[in-house]
Amino acid sequence: MAGNGGSGGADGPAVRLRGVTRRFGAVLANDDVDLDILPGTIHGIVGENGAGKSTLASIIYGLYTADSGTIEIDGRPAAIRSPADAIALGVGMVHQHFMLVPTFTVLENVMLGMEGGFLLGSGEAGIRAELESLGRRHGLEVDPDALVDDLPVGLRQRVEILKALFRGARILILDEPTGVLTPDETDQLFAVLNAIRDAGGTVVLITHKLREVMAVCDTVSVMRHGRLAGQRGAADTTTGELAELMVGRKVGQPARPSESAVGTPVLRAAGLIWTDAAGTMRLQGVDLELRAGEILGVAGVSGNGQSELLDILSAMSPVQQGHIEIAGRRIDAAHPATPAEMRALGLAHVPEDRQQRGLVLPFEVRENAVLGRPESAGPGPWTSGSAMQAHTEPLIARFDIRPPEPGRPAAGFSGGNQQKIVLAREFDGAPHVLLLGQPTRGVDIGTIETIHAQVLALKERGTAILLVSTELDEILALADRIVAMNAGRVTGTIAAEGATPRQLGLMMTGAVDGAAV
Amino acid sequence: MAETWIDILAVLDGTARLATPLILCAMAGLVSERSGIVDIGLEGKLLMGAFAAAAAAALTGSPWAGLAASLAASVLLALVHGFACITHRGEQIVSGVAVNILALGMTVVVANALFRHGGHTPPLGADERFPPLSLPLAETLRDVPLLGPLYAELVSGHNLLVYAAFLSVALVWWLVWRTRFGLRLRAAGELPEAVDSAGVSVSALRYRGILIAGLLCGLAGAYLSVAHGAGFVREMSAGKGFLALAALIFGRWKPLPVLFACLLFGLLDTVAPRLQGMDLPLFGPAPVALVSVLPYAMTVVLLAGFFGRAVPPRALGRPFVKEH
Amino acid sequence: MTALPRWLDIGVLPVVNLALALLAAAVVVALVGEDPLEVFAVLLQGAFAPGSLGYTLYYATNFIFTGLAAALAFQARLFNIGAEGQATLGGLGVALACLALEPVLPGWLVVLVAIAGAALFGAAWAVVPGWLQAYRGSHIVITTIMFNFLASGLMVWLLSGPMMRPGQGSPQTRLFDEAVRLPAIHDLLRGLGFEAARSPLNLSFLFALIACAAVWVLIWRTKFGYALRAIGHSEEAARYAGIPVRRAVVVAMALSGALAGCMALNEVLGVQHKLVLNFSAGYGFTGIAVALMGRNHPLGILAAGLLFGALFQGGAELNFEFETVTHELALVIQGLVILFSGALAYMFTPWLARLLLLRSAAHG
Repeated sequence: MAGNGGSGGADGPAVRLRGVTRRFGAVLANDDVDLDILPGTIHGIVGENGAGKSTLASIIYGLYTADSGTIEIDGRPAAIRSPADAIALGVGMVHQHFMLVPTFTVLENVMLGMEGGFLLGSGEAGIRAELESLGRRHGLEVDPDALVDDLPVGLRQRVEILKALFRGARILILDEPTGVLTPDETDQLFAVLNAIRDAGGTVVLITHKLREVMAVCDTVSVMRHGRLAGQRGAADTTTGELAELMVGRKVGQPARPSESAVGTPVLRAAGLIWTDAAGTMRLQGVDLELRAGEILGVAGVSGNGQSELLDILSAMSPVQQGHIEIAGRRIDAAHPATPAEMRALGLAHVPEDRQQRGLVLPFEVRENAVLGRPESAGPGPWTSGSAMQAHTEPLIARFDIRPPEPGRPAAGFSGGNQQKIVLAREFDGAPHVLLLGQPTRGVDIGTIETIHAQVLALKERGTAILLVSTELDEILALADRIVAMNAGRVTGTIAAEGATPRQLGLMMTGAVDGAAV
Repeated sequence: MAETWIDILAVLDGTARLATPLILCAMAGLVSERSGIVDIGLEGKLLMGAFAAAAAAALTGSPWAGLAASLAASVLLALVHGFACITHRGEQIVSGVAVNILALGMTVVVANALFRHGGHTPPLGADERFPPLSLPLAETLRDVPLLGPLYAELVSGHNLLVYAAFLSVALVWWLVWRTRFGLRLRAAGELPEAVDSAGVSVSALRYRGILIAGLLCGLAGAYLSVAHGAGFVREMSAGKGFLALAALIFGRWKPLPVLFACLLFGLLDTVAPRLQGMDLPLFGPAPVALVSVLPYAMTVVLLAGFFGRAVPPRALGRPFVKEH
Repeated sequence: MTALPRWLDIGVLPVVNLALALLAAAVVVALVGEDPLEVFAVLLQGAFAPGSLGYTLYYATNFIFTGLAAALAFQARLFNIGAEGQATLGGLGVALACLALEPVLPGWLVVLVAIAGAALFGAAWAVVPGWLQAYRGSHIVITTIMFNFLASGLMVWLLSGPMMRPGQGSPQTRLFDEAVRLPAIHDLLRGLGFEAARSPLNLSFLFALIACAAVWVLIWRTKFGYALRAIGHSEEAARYAGIPVRRAVVVAMALSGALAGCMALNEVLGVQHKLVLNFSAGYGFTGIAVALMGRNHPLGILAAGLLFGALFQGGAELNFEFETVTHELALVIQGLVILFSGALAYMFTPWLARLLLLRSAAHG
């Protein structure tokens, strides 16, 4: 390992946390966390969604303050109450959602908060030079005068890293940096991180992707339910062991679903092309066929067109090019459909974002239970509390929604139970086609099993299910066939039986085509 | 020829006078909205400033005391807006409406209490107002053809606050686009999270933006009652704050285009009364009332994107929620 | 944001906010040199003394209509600041119907057409900003503000030109025929054998009550109301649910504008019997205060409307009793109410929540 000249030369950890605890309302996001991060290393923090990784990072960077516990930076106790404190201590952070002003240039974004004088002109030349030298040293070249709005995601991330380095960060925290990157961009990022480490910097990499941790980290800490579940040297562990630590139990090869009779095609998409408002072509000609009684899994790094595909199939976005056939109806640019019409054609939709889309959070459960189902809300143009109640009670029972109170606002339920409200509503009435987006994101393990069982049961009853998930394990556990998506294209289709994560991973990067089934 | 020229100069002169409060208020709105705080309370601050200026000038006999009172009153209202919208993350539109109505009521109530004059201040004498300033050589150069009258009639002969208004455009441009404060202010209006993450307080920035808006509206208020006018009359702001808001949108939140919008609106206002009794081709008698609302109609059309688009700062109206 | 129990949120918070507004107004009064208690006593007396109640209810009628207008739009999270202009146009609708039809139709029929005219013209003036927001993306707050000025320009033009009372210089129409007026309540009562003091209170107060009930049913008992509330909380979820969001926004604005337009029934058809400049007198903005104070609920709006009616009527009384405090004090209080129960609505939420926590801790 390279020398750690840049980290103040201390032999102790660059970051030391003791007893860090942070609560959000009733949720214990961090529970008595002790953690040492050694200087000159890349330290991974892994865990499931909601395990408390991001909260921990935000505490080190001063975005949140801990309720109790202590932080030491470079061996000295640190009171970090704001990002300004963290920056002064040499801590930098690259956020999951970029903190870049889109209407500013790269240079303006980098200098924000470190302008070098009251007049912008006075510091600009020096900052420009510093930026170029930083870029050269770490392989992070970006045009300083480019408007951030015009940059692709990968380059924006570079700007974020440059920002942190420019502020003198010796300890760089990256929160889920690869979620939006293509495999190529991910490799480039890792090269940059290695360079920073080799120059003596310390990198904290927060992710839920074990393969990445194994690829780039020196040390890995695993978080579960807000606690530190274990710490391993990357060389001394396996993804299997880390997965067990993350989940808290043995993760076996999940049981294959029983083969059921796959029926006739009920949904067909051909040549779907979709361009977003910014002019980026998000879908570049997608063909799909979904048959009754099968689960078709869509695997891919998020941001490769899966969300857009769900939007078009559910008519949340209009078809621009290509067409969809469902229940004997053809939908294309000249013959658009509305979400209500799609529902009437037997399509149900569990959206990826349940809090924004799938639920109206201040609405009571019974009001949410008729969202998109006005016919269950009451007779004619009227709504009726008793009709909604009658519609809701069986749903609550079937999905074991807790607490079982139809009159409670959806905002008053846990993430898992909120998701159950959405699922219960969409599974009801045996739809012909179900679009299932990230069904277990942010849901606790116990509930995941219930949800998987319900999905399989629905399939048994003949529903055609399109499952979009960023969790490969989930897709492998549920799907009959799997398509991989990369950069708006379907890069391959394989049978789930016998498929391996490695094979899928290659398909997701667009490197190989799966054999057609 | 010379007569037409004098006519044109008179119209432009009137335009400058009528545009002055618009320019000051629009610049106030620009600084506030660039920081992410919607300001539909320009009207209220203008009115409050106008009253405070006239009241103080009437009580002390000094227009400078009037100006100081106007700045203080307008800033006070700005702080109320800031307290609601920044400290308590209240709805900015609602707070703006409150500011406007408060000003409407307060000015009359206090005016009655102080002067018992039906909600007005007593008329101000010449020495209680800001006098027109005669620029050097204005009279000497008057006889130079074309440029002489231009200098003497249009450039010279305004009161201090008219010059302040035009100067404010340059100052605001310099402050918002050429200084560290401006960079941060604009960032707070586009993506406050980025400012916070850079270790800079969004609230402090927005408060400063709002204070500057208060000061500029205070200048505008003083202009109405102790420079352009001679005393306070109830509801004397008469929608100028809203017109400035329209100019701000029309000029797409950029100083120079906003200045031109203000001048255009001022020009319409100057020309409208001159159309009284004139017959327009195809239209018959000139609908003066309709000409004076043209700025509002133009703003609606612009906002609807029928020619170009007015894109506001992206975080405009969005309170910044910082968790601790 | 800390969540409060419903009873606190609906019952206590508005009272606390009103108390604060009154307290701040009392400070203003004291600074002006009068005794706040005395001023408030006169206010109350002026509002509820025998003979004044009719005036209080007459003002309240305006505020209920404009309050409902603001609240209905706000259910879909639309800030309709244009009630002023919509009311103005409502008046135009009334005047056009009356002036054009009174020579040819029986009075009661003209009144019906005038009512429809008020609603339709008000709706039309709100539909344009609604449509521009839904289909062209312009901000409804700005557009409705602009439409207020457009309405007033239009009125100045019409009343000093095409619609001006013949043979006279002031900007107003001629008086409507006796037969096309809304009956005053004191006349109706006299018809039933009760004696009541003369006041401008007329049949439109009943219309306002009916509007309250209708809005309640619409918002909480119909699928359209459900759609509006869904849009108000999450437009994304509403779209997902198959609600035609744009159309619903336009319809919501139409209904809101129609309610605002109905304010003209009270002022134009019920009291003035002619169209005059600026009859809306800022009542459209008062509607925002009423809606905020009434928590966008028709019952709350009824209560807040009565409160503001009392404030305005009592305020008028101030002019006679005090030299220094005038009826504009009502405007000050109105501004403070908007500030405290609107912009600062949640200033006390954490404080109340803590108080509640202490109490339950003491009990548990």
